Amino acid sequence: MTHTPHRLEVHHANIGYGNKIILNDLSFQIPHGARVAVVGPNGAGKSTLFKTLVGLLPLQSGKILIHGESLGAHKDCVAYIPQREEVDWKFPVTVYDVVMMGRYGQRGWLSRPSKQDKEIVNNSLEKMGIANLAKQSIGELSGGQQQRVFLARAISQEPHILLMDEPFTGVDVTTQETTLNLLDHLREKEVTMMISTHDLNLAASRFDYVLLLNHKLIAFGKPPAVFVKENLAQAFGNSLLVMENGMMLVDECCPPDEEHHHTKSVVE
Amino acid sequence: MDFLLEPLTYQFMQRGLIASVIVGILCAVMGTYVVLRGMAFLGDAMAHAILPGVAIAYIFQGDLLIGAGVAAILVALSIGFFSKAGTIKEDTAIGILFAAALSLGVALISTIQTYAVDLSHILFGNVLGVSVSDLWLIAGLSFLILLTVGIFYKQFLVISFDPVLAATLRLPAELLRNLMLILLSLTVVVSLQTVGVSLAAAMLVTPAATAYLITKRLFPMMLVSALIGAISSIVGLYISYYFNIVSGSAIVLTATLLFLLGFLYKRVKSI
Repeated sequence: MTHTPHRLEVHHANIGYGNKIILNDLSFQIPHGARVAVVGPNGAGKSTLFKTLVGLLPLQSGKILIHGESLGAHKDCVAYIPQREEVDWKFPVTVYDVVMMGRYGQRGWLSRPSKQDKEIVNNSLEKMGIANLAKQSIGELSGGQQQRVFLARAISQEPHILLMDEPFTGVDVTTQETTLNLLDHLREKEVTMMISTHDLNLAASRFDYVLLLNHKLIAFGKPPAVFVKENLAQAFGNSLLVMENGMMLVDECCPPDEEHHHTKSVVE
Repeated sequence: MDFLLEPLTYQFMQRGLIASVIVGILCAVMGTYVVLRGMAFLGDAMAHAILPGVAIAYIFQGDLLIGAGVAAILVALSIGFFSKAGTIKEDTAIGILFAAALSLGVALISTIQTYAVDLSHILFGNVLGVSVSDLWLIAGLSFLILLTVGIFYKQFLVISFDPVLAATLRLPAELLRNLMLILLSLTVVVSLQTVGVSLAAAMLVTPAATAYLITKRLFPMMLVSALIGAISSIVGLYISYYFNIVSGSAIVLTATLLFLLGFLYKRVKSI
């Protein structure tokens, strides 16, 4: 029996900075068009995993395959939406400029934007409901609008795999909804999505798979199979409270080196 | 009218003016990257680091610009070498090389008889000593640098704004960063004659910082910065002529005044 290659395969990957390994012996396969929530405590290695997938961090050992070919063989097929704190919002670029950057990979080094590029950029802006903001500086936008700019840029990249780091943290309800609608839209286009989140309810209700990390793979599978006591205890340690009626609480406070926000999630 | 034309009756003034304007524009354009990428310290270091090269060229009566160019590229590559793979932080590497190069430069120059005059020319520029061949060299190098910026505009924009996107698009970020460092060092070399090493850093930062205050896209920022650089050079040179002060200082002070105006404008506008 032959299979089409999985969209994304990770085989025994060790990932880290220098001698420090952050993710040990990671192995999982994500099929076409799946929507995966990447869950784990702060510092578990979620961002590190994403940075490796976009090619920012080298693999220490192991293999990462996209469509059966190793990372980097497919030039533009991974798009990454950074956390808001990672962006220099005072940089002199407009919304349009940022979204157009998503097209830079498709074009030759020296060529100017084609008609098609412009069309794709305008469609992306339209889709995220920010076409009217095209000429604004990114610094003038609200937090939710800023996130939508980067969503629009990711769409304009026409990726096969979309990575999003904490898109649901600290944004308004409109942006959260727009983001979720976009995910539905991208699912129709069979885009594989990996999204890190602290919102375990969202992970359990709106995602096909959950990837639970804490410096290694704790569990990967359908949400009901992953969100069981043993796995959560392994991932969250003392932050997990199991009630007598089977309810489990996870409390994470004060992430290191980040804004101090308090995340509380409840899983049935 | 005579007030404006009189200085231009001297050929050395004509050459000085053309050289200053070219350098003003070049520094201002490269300066946008310096300001946006937070490389002000690097620019300053680079400017001082070329001193030994200049001194050696001077002692052996070679071309100062070539001496400066070799030194600048050596220092740029050394900074990359010492800070590679995070052995030491980049700004620490810059700090060490900056001080060492400056000391070496002064040590070499102090062996020359006419030490004081030569040093002041190197540090603060001697725009009135620009020869015809200097002018050609300044114009040629500036054209090449600006052409390169034009060619790699997209790539430089992405690596400056969003290194992660650059990685995602598989741009050779390391190569582009090194190219930018080389362009920056060549810019400093070209400014040697007009504003001198110690003021080149100011011309890299001040016009671009002013443009940053009043524009909201990279390309307009470059244009406004270039305009400010050109105006500062022209006004500064006239001030230098009529008040008999060092041209480099006059140019930088004019640029600083324009920055203060831009800063005030921004503050008033935001109220």
